[in-house]
Amino acid sequence: MQNYFTEILTDLLGNELLAEILTYVLSTVPILAFIVFFVLFAVWLERKVSAHMQDRLGPMRVGWHGVLQTIADFIKLIQKEDIIADANDKALFNIAPFLVFVSTLATFTLLPFTSIFVGSNADVGIFLVLALSGGVVAGILMAGWASNNKYSLYGSLRAAAQIVSYEIPTALVVLTMIMVYGTMNLGDVTEAQTSYFWNWGIFGGAGLGLGKFLLVPFMFVAFIILFISTLAESNRTPFDLPESESELVAGFNTEYSGIKFSLFFLAEFANMFLIGAILVIFFFGGYNSPFGYFGNLIGVDWLVPVEQLFWFISKGMFFVFVSMWLRWTLPRVRVDQLMTICWKYLIPYAFFNLLIVGLILLV
Amino acid sequence: MILNMGPQHPSTHGVLRLELVLDGEVVHDVKPHIGYLHRCMEKHCEVMTYPQVVPYTDRMDYLAAMYNNFGYVGAVEKLMDIQVPERVEYIRVIMGELQRIASHLVALGTFGLDLGAFTPFLYLFRDREKILDLFEETCGARLLYNYMWVGGLSHDIHPDFVRKTKEFIDYFRPTIVELNNLLTFNKIFIERTANIGVCPPKEAINLGLTGPNLRGSGIKFDLRKDDPYSIYDKFDFEIPVGEGGVGSVGDCWDRYYVRVLEVEQSLRIIEQAIDQIPDGDVKAEVPRRVKPPKGSVYHRVEAPKGELGYFIVSDGTVNPTRVKVRAPSFVSLSALGQMAKGYLVADVVAILGSLDIVLGEIDR
Amino acid sequence: MNAEEIYNLLKEKFGDAILEMVSDVPTEPIISVEPLKTNEISEFLRDADELQFDSLMNLSGVDDNNAEKIINEDETTTTKGGTLSVFYHLDSIPLKHKIAIKISTNRDNPEVESVTNIWASANWHEREAFDMYGIKFLNHPDLSRILMPYDWEGFPLRKDYENPEFYEGMKIPY
Repeated sequence: MQNYFTEILTDLLGNELLAEILTYVLSTVPILAFIVFFVLFAVWLERKVSAHMQDRLGPMRVGWHGVLQTIADFIKLIQKEDIIADANDKALFNIAPFLVFVSTLATFTLLPFTSIFVGSNADVGIFLVLALSGGVVAGILMAGWASNNKYSLYGSLRAAAQIVSYEIPTALVVLTMIMVYGTMNLGDVTEAQTSYFWNWGIFGGAGLGLGKFLLVPFMFVAFIILFISTLAESNRTPFDLPESESELVAGFNTEYSGIKFSLFFLAEFANMFLIGAILVIFFFGGYNSPFGYFGNLIGVDWLVPVEQLFWFISKGMFFVFVSMWLRWTLPRVRVDQLMTICWKYLIPYAFFNLLIVGLILLV
Repeated sequence: MILNMGPQHPSTHGVLRLELVLDGEVVHDVKPHIGYLHRCMEKHCEVMTYPQVVPYTDRMDYLAAMYNNFGYVGAVEKLMDIQVPERVEYIRVIMGELQRIASHLVALGTFGLDLGAFTPFLYLFRDREKILDLFEETCGARLLYNYMWVGGLSHDIHPDFVRKTKEFIDYFRPTIVELNNLLTFNKIFIERTANIGVCPPKEAINLGLTGPNLRGSGIKFDLRKDDPYSIYDKFDFEIPVGEGGVGSVGDCWDRYYVRVLEVEQSLRIIEQAIDQIPDGDVKAEVPRRVKPPKGSVYHRVEAPKGELGYFIVSDGTVNPTRVKVRAPSFVSLSALGQMAKGYLVADVVAILGSLDIVLGEIDR
Repeated sequence: MNAEEIYNLLKEKFGDAILEMVSDVPTEPIISVEPLKTNEISEFLRDADELQFDSLMNLSGVDDNNAEKIINEDETTTTKGGTLSVFYHLDSIPLKHKIAIKISTNRDNPEVESVTNIWASANWHEREAFDMYGIKFLNHPDLSRILMPYDWEGFPLRKDYENPEFYEGMKIPY
């Protein structure tokens, strides 16, 4: 799809480099739009899900069952005064929310939403995703330090420690996946799981024979590890220590108001979908439909990408829902327990898993 | 590093300032600063007549206002040697136990909230709402009742009260099981509370902990049994104590679980009392001017948060010379410094939550 | 063990430091002791096998309201003399008996020995009594104001207390 656009633009502008740059800029527009709409929806969903889990109704006044509530909230947030205290480190304080948001946005460009649309079809896809999520750490650290508030500092240090630690099991599982699929390109990973659902990663991938059945339990373990560690990386309950309300007030975003706070907010919810997307790509066939496409059946070609988009988003949303479910059920772990879970359990299991999967693939 | 937690902080249960001396996340010293809610209640009492003090007691532990009334009127009645009618005693006990349940529900819910579990909090508040409805029907107020008066009650109970209370008991029993499944035996919850804030029995007595906090340390001491007042000696109930179910005796989980078990026992007391309420008047023969003889009295009751004592000195006039309130939360909070040393910041929040303090009572 | 027996036991042990026992008050008998012997007596009360008062239920300062009021020429009043008291309500959890101890000290220089080292729960109660009545508890680890602001002047629960007009530049009765 990109190539197609590039060709059109080259014809129009007469400069290939310029056209290519413009294409990449343009291809982030639908992603940005997706993130904003997704967050508007997810915030509403979170409030509704939590409300119904807690015997409440949640927002009911703005629009049908409060669907427009988040839009109203968003307008309110934009109107708010952007408070910058005297003692803040102004430069870092202002950059931090944008850095966090941009890093998250950039990771989204690497996700294959359908077979014809990927923001940037990089060959090192998953590697870049992991690298870019490091930008989030830098942003959070900057936010905490620049706020000049002890609670913010505690929150950001916890966040940094947490994200860096959980990067390790994530990376180990990703390494396992790279071994299984033989590629780092997320589009190719998805392609490897085409057609029916028994080709999905969680069921041992597309390879036939005994190896597939041997792989199933280890893929499942890998899935659990990846789920826990990415959940921790996105700072969601039960791992929401960086902004644990009852201890640190609001953690690293205590001092932020208005639009900058909403950027953190956007990034957090976008991250929730990112977890879901990564899990879906590696284990649940990415954008592939579990039982063939309706478009192919009736011979309408353009319907296939639409269906793929539907499957990708709904699978991703399922994991978003699961993380909301967890958030409203579980208490929060303590900071040392968090590290224990990572270093004493997840990392050894991930290593072990890597070894076994490697052996299976060799044999 | 010194970290000021409060006076505006989500988990200090009101306006409390904790000065934490930290090394990384480890707490070296905790110094509570109180008095932000000081409303000079004891000074006010000195210019009030005895019955006028009752509404002031409501505002101390605003989560258990019935029991504050209960303690105060008990003290004045002891001082004046008034015998209240049997019916009044039964209603007082039922109201007191309902209030204990309501207060414990808030304690359990906010404790969960302090540990990041939001949902149990709302479940428990939903049930507490039903108790408040019962109170509202009887005396018109949901939080500050001014219901128990010297020598009687402000109103008789509502005609539907008995039926609705029984309905409530039937409804409420299963929700305790729900709470246990959702929170009490949750693995993360246990990890967060077991072996945290351990208070050995000897130390607990010395620090003056009372009520569920003392029983959490494994000491079977309950004023309803050990120093019976009103008609508590007529009822059959047990005193749950902390047994170190998941950690060592006297940890946060024990203090929490004792409250869960106490809710069950309170239901038992209400069940026994509700069927035996005798007929009669709800006001004793109290002189128009309440004028106790010269002297002093210390009357203590087992309030939901611990031993609530009223020390009243009378000089024979219509105003008390001195009303001192021994507030259970006041003493519990003074123990925090000892108990929180060496734990992490997150544990201080847990220990504070498990002590179940109410700042209205501490600052008076 | 009832109050009479406890009184006799204390009298035997401490002699003159135990002043009297008043038992005609409507409820419980009260034993009066010497203010500067409190610590010693308290230690005995806690540790003696037949007493075992391991819990201090309440510690309360009281203005006995017995000061002599002198009306000056300009119709203001000043007080002279009088006493402040501290009441200790003790309870024994193992032996299930209780007792009230009273100490009285003169109002101009109220000094009492602290019992914080014996019952840790006395700590804040003593601070409160200091805050409200200005009773000085000797050897208290941190005798500072507790309910009132740290820089408040005067002791609000004394009977001769007059409300200040200003606090840090703010007018108090609005």
